[in-house]
Amino acid sequence: MIRIDGLCKRFGALRALEDIHLHVAPGQVVCLIGPSGSGKSTLLRCINQLERPDAGQVWVGGELVGYRQAGRLLHPLPDAALARQRTRTAMVFQRFNLFAHRTALQNIIEGPVHVLGRDRRSATAEAMALLERVGLADKRDAYPATLSGGQQQRIAIARALAMRPQVMLFDEPTSALDPELVAEVLAVMRGVVADGLTMLVVTHELGFAREAADRVVFMDAGRIVEAGPPSQVLSHPTHPRTQGFIAAVLA
Amino acid sequence: MTDGPAPLRIVPRRHPGRWVAAAAAILLLLALVRAFAQGAIRWDVVGQFLTAPAILAGLANTCVMTVAAMALGLALGVLFAVMALSPNPVLAWVARGYVWFFRGTPLLLQLLIWFNLALVFPRLGVPGVLDWRTVDVITPFMATLLGLGINQGAYTAEVVRAGIQSVDAGQVEAARSIGMTRLVLLRRVVLPQAMRVIIPPVGNEVVSMVKLTSVASVIQYAEVLHNAQTIYYANARVIELLMVAAFWYLAVVTVLNVGQSWLERAFAAGTRRAAKDEVRA
Repeated sequence: MIRIDGLCKRFGALRALEDIHLHVAPGQVVCLIGPSGSGKSTLLRCINQLERPDAGQVWVGGELVGYRQAGRLLHPLPDAALARQRTRTAMVFQRFNLFAHRTALQNIIEGPVHVLGRDRRSATAEAMALLERVGLADKRDAYPATLSGGQQQRIAIARALAMRPQVMLFDEPTSALDPELVAEVLAVMRGVVADGLTMLVVTHELGFAREAADRVVFMDAGRIVEAGPPSQVLSHPTHPRTQGFIAAVLA
Repeated sequence: MTDGPAPLRIVPRRHPGRWVAAAAAILLLLALVRAFAQGAIRWDVVGQFLTAPAILAGLANTCVMTVAAMALGLALGVLFAVMALSPNPVLAWVARGYVWFFRGTPLLLQLLIWFNLALVFPRLGVPGVLDWRTVDVITPFMATLLGLGINQGAYTAEVVRAGIQSVDAGQVEAARSIGMTRLVLLRRVVLPQAMRVIIPPVGNEVVSMVKLTSVASVIQYAEVLHNAQTIYYANARVIELLMVAAFWYLAVVTVLNVGQSWLERAFAAGTRRAAKDEVRA
């Protein structure tokens, strides 16, 4: 579903990503872990082209992301084509990023109605089902500023699911939450896992990674240091850098 | 009865300063009213001309020009603000040049240039398709509209640019992540939220515009001050007619203030202040 080949990204002198290779099969859940600044979020943002990589390619569902290939040449796609590609990869952000001037329900139907061109009535019905599913049907007319962080993030997940994406990208979805609100967001994410969606999750929640991930990828300094099933990477890491990180998080 | 001491009681705080200030303000106002009442102003003449047909026609022209010039200014302001923030460097530089030119020259001078455009280009049009005499196209109304509207656009462009840049970058990323094109996210996410920041200064500019239309009296646009002057050239009641004009400017601005606070509330949806208003209501 996702194929990443030789991805590199620099911010000035900082090498955020160096020669990243990663394959994610359809329906797989991959958790990206690692210290802050290790490039996890940048990797995620290259998949939906919120960042444009300096080198290397990303394919989603077999389609090259961000470029049109003509022989050996890659032509950057115009805005409209990029936007169309982004409809297949929904993203959930650390800071929720709900549209502040729209209610919970309006946030969820915004994409289906104004991007995908679905009719408002069926989009609303589907959005209500999603609100029901994240346990916030009674908040349909609430503005984001009146909701807790956990509630906002559950609505942000509903907004992402409403696009019926092929891939869900989670960028530290629980890092901005009070500890007691983390559980309600993780519960919703487990539901998404059960749906069989392909997921890439940047997280510090090793418990979630252990139970939900098919594969855990440990990154440090822009490189993939170690990758494998959670039982291996989380319980019996082989690389000293991974061992040190996991010991520090669990301490 | 209990034997303990009586419960403590909170006494409202006294505000002697407020009473002194109120007394001083009232005295000053009375002195002003008395001075003008005894001065050489015929208040009956003021009352008589308040609703004179020429004054009311001028008032209508003032209002029409305020709306038309402000509409042109807003349209140009949004257009050039979006251009200034465009990734296309040519558009950004064109927008910068527009703001530089029209903010850099006095409005009165711009009005005079528009009004005298016929001196530069005796005829306007597209060669072989359209052809007009410039004096027929650039009437006092057109010269005023172009002068005020295009000048206003340069100022409004800066206000709109600040408004657009005030919108949370995270929401812009969220909009892009669900596949919005640049134009859709501008219309659906950025501009509605920028409005909250844009409305107070633009309201201020509408109020300025009401009074700025009076400058057009020098190029024969028949707004309220121009018509008041025409009357006092004939009857020599200078101060009386200036008072009439002052009354109408104040009246229009007062109505606009009410409209502005209504608009600000309408665009505050989703902000913390709006949430508090809902709780109170």
